[in-house]
Amino acid sequence: MSAPRRPTDPSGLERYYVLTGGRSGPGGSASSLDVATLIVSGAASAPGMQHEHAEILRRCREPLSVAELGAHLQLPFNILAVLLADLLEAGCVEARDPIPAHDAGRGPDLALLEEVLSGLERL
Amino acid sequence: MDLNGFDRPGRPAAGDTRSVKVMIAGGFGTGKTTMVRSVSDIKPLTTEETLTQASADVDHLIGVADKTETTVSLDFGKISLNESLVLYLFGTPGQERFWFLWNGLFKGALGAVVLVDTRRLASSFRAIEEMERQNVPFVIALNVFPDSKEHPVEEIRDALDISPHTPIVACDARDRTSSRDVLVALIRHLKERSAVALESR
Repeated sequence: MSAPRRPTDPSGLERYYVLTGGRSGPGGSASSLDVATLIVSGAASAPGMQHEHAEILRRCREPLSVAELGAHLQLPFNILAVLLADLLEAGCVEARDPIPAHDAGRGPDLALLEEVLSGLERL
Repeated sequence: MDLNGFDRPGRPAAGDTRSVKVMIAGGFGTGKTTMVRSVSDIKPLTTEETLTQASADVDHLIGVADKTETTVSLDFGKISLNESLVLYLFGTPGQERFWFLWNGLFKGALGAVVLVDTRRLASSFRAIEEMERQNVPFVIALNVFPDSKEHPVEEIRDALDISPHTPIVACDARDRTSSRDVLVALIRHLKERSAVALESR
């Protein structure tokens, strides 16, 4: 007789379901989050705050990318995005998208490329 | 919720930090993770995306009929370019067929490096196609392995069917300076493209 199929891995789907209250993807401002988006906390964690929310605020006192947060908290991108959406809506964090080389309105950003180049040349 | 401290007009420079991203693409085993590791300031990390939608139509990886769970991993590293600008390097997942599922993976990237193993040119065809399809500017980096034969660059350009405007550079992905030089070649290429675009406006 086979054992009932129940995930026992605490890092598995059940954990994600609990963390996000069953939401599978972020809406609103967080739906544009990129792996290279920098998250900066603007508030201290409050008592009673969900552990993961507090942990994000703590780690993002200095700007930290969504990818780094995901790696440190061992959360997949889409789950993390849901948690970040909560914090963005509450005004607790600021999200800074990566700067594109080409801005739709302004055209190519040569100054940015120059800045990247001189940074690389100093390595 | 405590919002004190959100308005800090005289914030230190680190508070204004911005990011840019570059993708490291290429076929399986071409040295993407090696390159990320060699140039990164931090120990490379891995971030994951769990894909639950649509993959059932692509193939049966897990064998669950109605809900297929696929984890796609991105290895990434980071280079501090100056006090307020950070470059993130993302090695793309080996299975290119999942790229489209990772929403906006290439969006907002400055450009991409496509690594090519000259012993197995075909393994990077898919990555090159994808860059062209998504209109991501890129350079080709020939990762020279110890037993790689030397090929004239133009021969490789023909074999890969690459436009004459796309730079092809040789590198050793294990070497920090060599990998850095590939990134420098990419940014120079982007600058040239931008200059051309500005002139033709």
